[in-house]
Amino acid sequence: MIVHFEPASAEGIASVVRSAAAERVTLAIVGGGTRSGLGNPVRTDRTLSTRRLSGIVSYNPAEMTMSALAGTPLAEIEAALRAKGQMLSFEPMDHRPIFATSGEPTIGGVFAANVSGPRRYVAGAARDSLLGVRFVNGAGEMIKAGGRVMKNVTGLDLVKLMAGSYGTLGILTEVTFKVLPIPPAAATVVVSGLNDAEAAAAMAETMAQPVEASGAAHLPESVRGRFLDGALPDGAATVLRLEGLTDSVDLRAEKLTAALSRLGPVSRLDAEATRLLWAEIRDVKPYADGTRRPLWRVSVAPSAGHQLVAALRLQTGVDAFYDWQGGLVWLRMEADAEAELVRRYVSALGGGHASLVRAADDVRAGVPAFEPQAPAVAQLTERIRARFDPARIFNPGRMAANA
Amino acid sequence: MPEMIGFLKAKQAVLDRRQEIVADLKDLLPKGCLISEERELKPFETDAFLAYRQVPLAVALPETTEQVAAVLKYCSRYGVPVVPRGAGTSLSGGAIPQEDAVVIGLSKMSRILDIDLFNRTATVQAGVTNLNISEAVSADGFFYAPDPSSQLACTIGGNIGMNSGGAHCLKYGVTTNNLLGVKMVLFDGTVIELGGKALDAAGYDLLGLVCGSEGQLGIVTEATVRLIAKPEGARPVLFGFASSEAAGACVADVIGAGIIPVAMEFMDKPAIEICEAFAHAGYPLDVEALLIVEVEGSEAEMDAMLQRIIEVARRHGVTTIRECQSALEAALIWKGRKSAFGATGRIADYICMDGTVPLSQLSHVLRKTGEIVAGYGLRVANVFHAGDGNMHPLILYNINDPEDAARAEAAGNDILKLCVDAGGCLTGEHGVGIEKRDLMLHQYSRADLSQQMAARAAFDPEWILNPSKVFPLEGRPAA
Repeated sequence: MIVHFEPASAEGIASVVRSAAAERVTLAIVGGGTRSGLGNPVRTDRTLSTRRLSGIVSYNPAEMTMSALAGTPLAEIEAALRAKGQMLSFEPMDHRPIFATSGEPTIGGVFAANVSGPRRYVAGAARDSLLGVRFVNGAGEMIKAGGRVMKNVTGLDLVKLMAGSYGTLGILTEVTFKVLPIPPAAATVVVSGLNDAEAAAAMAETMAQPVEASGAAHLPESVRGRFLDGALPDGAATVLRLEGLTDSVDLRAEKLTAALSRLGPVSRLDAEATRLLWAEIRDVKPYADGTRRPLWRVSVAPSAGHQLVAALRLQTGVDAFYDWQGGLVWLRMEADAEAELVRRYVSALGGGHASLVRAADDVRAGVPAFEPQAPAVAQLTERIRARFDPARIFNPGRMAANA
Repeated sequence: MPEMIGFLKAKQAVLDRRQEIVADLKDLLPKGCLISEERELKPFETDAFLAYRQVPLAVALPETTEQVAAVLKYCSRYGVPVVPRGAGTSLSGGAIPQEDAVVIGLSKMSRILDIDLFNRTATVQAGVTNLNISEAVSADGFFYAPDPSSQLACTIGGNIGMNSGGAHCLKYGVTTNNLLGVKMVLFDGTVIELGGKALDAAGYDLLGLVCGSEGQLGIVTEATVRLIAKPEGARPVLFGFASSEAAGACVADVIGAGIIPVAMEFMDKPAIEICEAFAHAGYPLDVEALLIVEVEGSEAEMDAMLQRIIEVARRHGVTTIRECQSALEAALIWKGRKSAFGATGRIADYICMDGTVPLSQLSHVLRKTGEIVAGYGLRVANVFHAGDGNMHPLILYNINDPEDAARAEAAGNDILKLCVDAGGCLTGEHGVGIEKRDLMLHQYSRADLSQQMAARAAFDPEWILNPSKVFPLEGRPAA
């Protein structure tokens, strides 16, 4: 990656952007570059990195908020939080294993791509933790939105709009986000031997109980052995995470075990195994295989996930596992990306979002990475883009032809 | 004396065509769905922000998304401003109409369309009340989490418009964190859908932008929201303190200790007296400040968490700890809290502030708030969501005394500026509406506001939708 601009301040970024906009020079916006495979491939005149814009600006553990410059390494942030017994509740995934990239993910990149992990289905995505942003828009103006308090409805919520906009609306320079205490105890209840449909039902049943599961994933037999170095019990593993005070976790684990033991053998993982397992689920370990075989991340209603996989299996070679109570499907295709098929079935099953996370270059060139939008929504997207980045110099085409 | 808040000047061309507009809209709607008689328009002239009122040109009460679309298409074509309205419980004047506007009320769209317990979602029309959703799924062990105090009356459409919060948001988040999808009508009648039962959607987070946009980006007609399994049990506990500062500091320390109760509500002495007189909830009357802390889970879990909270409270010299003994008692405790605004309304007129501050500033802001209000010769009662720093000073005054009203408004403005200067914001859950519109420049720069207005213009280029609200009237882009 050739970096052409590496300003050390927000003012520096604004000044680069103003000249670029005047000369219609397109810019690829990068942080650590570990997730640059997300979205459509982008060809730009120059690259602008936020890497030198680094450092925690303020951290008040008693207020559960932190502000950091966008280029701050995620590792630095997580270490500072851990030292005070806190964490990012949305568990941002590390994309390096599946992309085989190196370098340091930045906090700006996490929010720009709205990167979230297993706890997302109960604790919200990165966007739900983001309280405030500072960014440089396409005219080179420095804009702030949101703030540093938990509740804030003052004006339009541009914070949400910036989260997950992949650098196409502005360059994040500073982010303020909510953090949560690390739960003192954690355990995972494992139900073994369920098929995908049975697992979906077991996960839904778990979520209907007052046990506050903070993770619900299903790891079919084809992938089960890739987790915890093969230490999970035989058969497909339906895994349910419980977190909180020690006594409470034990109580809830017993309650859940009693409820689910009619379905199959039930076992339990301790805190350390729980931590490892959910990090591996978060980082999609089975498909971090050093290949570029097509990998889809599909978000659907939890009841539709296993139906999607069953339908695809009749037509093509596919391997899959499930997170978010079955509503997040990681699909690895054996050969072809089968974009048309995947998206047709997602739509037939009530809709959702199939994004092509990884594929060979020639495949990525021909398949929109993100789910194509309805025409009226695409028009809105285009109008918003035009009002944030009128010269269309930021990551053009990253999200869609018009964004 | 500060100037009263202004509305946009009514468009004479629209007022001149009033009869024609009314006749045309009648043609677009079923019988009985258009109100145009002065006497019948009266109930729509204001909302729960009683300080201002304006009778609208007409009120449309459509029964379907298609009818909403037809009215919007017509209004945008002829440049007629539109003010959306749910139950009219806005505390910031979000639903107050203007003379040349057609109000689109969603009250007839009040059907629950789909309850999907497997996927834990409810899809409802925008006019369904907040509490109706929880009631519809309660027997199955679920609830809808955001719980504004007006939840008996307020609609989900209004909640989305204001990104409403409530007492239990400390643990479960506000509307935007619990909203999965909407069907909405854009200014020109185009119907779009954003989100759905899947957690992620492609493209920009338009759902996040729409939530809290105060009816300026379109009119939501249907919503899909997240349901949550009800906890095994919940128990509110009362903690009394000898001073507001001690109670405020206790709140910050509970959170700082990594304890997040499901709710943590604050009342000062005036608020306690007002609420107790109304609800007979058994609040202690011999304390200066009261925290209602709710814990939930199994008996053992509640006991464990409570124990930790009590330890922190003792460090702040808690004088009274009262655990409720029955479900009835718990219900009364919450009834008292949730009726706070109504109960206050029985003894005086009031304006309710809604600034949010960082927890470390709670004590400081509480003290300064008292000083500010006293400085204007008025009284204040504080009752608010302390756990997330969302303050609600109620400034008591006499609405029939213009000087008193002006002083109350001035005191309110000073308090909101205090919140912003303490690192907080103007409004945590009630919205900007007209009430706080002219203070926006205290929190944002011109460039910040221009960027927000640019996003707004992408949805409503001609400023048809609720145009007098949120953004200061000066400095707007030329339409």
